[in-house]
Amino acid sequence: MSGLATPYLTLAAILFCIGLYGALSKKNAVIVLLSVELMLNAVNLNLVAFSKLGVHPGLTGQIFSLFTITVAAAEVAVGIAILIAYYRSRGTTNVNEMDSMKR
Amino acid sequence: MLGNIVAFLSSGANIAFFVCALLAIGGAVFMISFTKVVHMLLAMALTFLSLAGLYVLLEAEFVAVVQVLIYAGAVSIVMIFGIMMTRHRGDEVEPKRPLHSWLLGIGCLALFGIIFYAIQQTALPTGEFQAAGDNTMEIGKQLFTLHVIPFELMSVLLTVAFIGAIIVAKREED
Repeated sequence: MSGLATPYLTLAAILFCIGLYGALSKKNAVIVLLSVELMLNAVNLNLVAFSKLGVHPGLTGQIFSLFTITVAAAEVAVGIAILIAYYRSRGTTNVNEMDSMKR
Repeated sequence: MLGNIVAFLSSGANIAFFVCALLAIGGAVFMISFTKVVHMLLAMALTFLSLAGLYVLLEAEFVAVVQVLIYAGAVSIVMIFGIMMTRHRGDEVEPKRPLHSWLLGIGCLALFGIIFYAIQQTALPTGEFQAAGDNTMEIGKQLFTLHVIPFELMSVLLTVAFIGAIIVAKREED
């Protein structure tokens, strides 16, 4: 029981799991952000795959993935800005040492 | 078995999918296994580019170009700025936490197993797909008619997020 979309869904699942592993195991906050981007990309791949190979093919999936890409870009900008501000006040980007929001 | 593989590789689209999927997974795995931050970033850029290739295969040309512009271009550059503004000397030394990494690996594999089982069990019927003549024009028409309110909200969100990012990252005069 499988369809034409199965390879794409499997690839997206692999990418999502690798991204999850990276986000939870890496020490550097920049790499954690990058892993979150990988997970978002996996979801985008699902959306685009279903926009061609779903039951009701159409452009809606592609438009939805464009919105997701936009939100991901905003997320990266804000995340890097917070990281730079944190590095300025604390001198570390190690997620293990980030345990306080005060100065 | 061998016949299946030959039949699979007889189609050009399948070969393209195979190559792009291999590059995407390879980039992601290298991202996990490299020790220098910039190398991780370059491996990730490879993943983004091969995902753009997959979008072209799925006849989503506009999304593919946006993927190259935003992810392979903008996000990678912003990440490089983030790396350069913070200090990274030499290799990343991962903390030795065997229990943590083992539990994490088992958890991720279990999640993948569950998703894979669900995908294999589900019937995924395919509808009739007729490619739009001009992908970009059709997306533009839909964005400005059917999805105009989310589109405007997204522009407000982008403005707020980028102004907020500038204010947060600005050096405080004190």
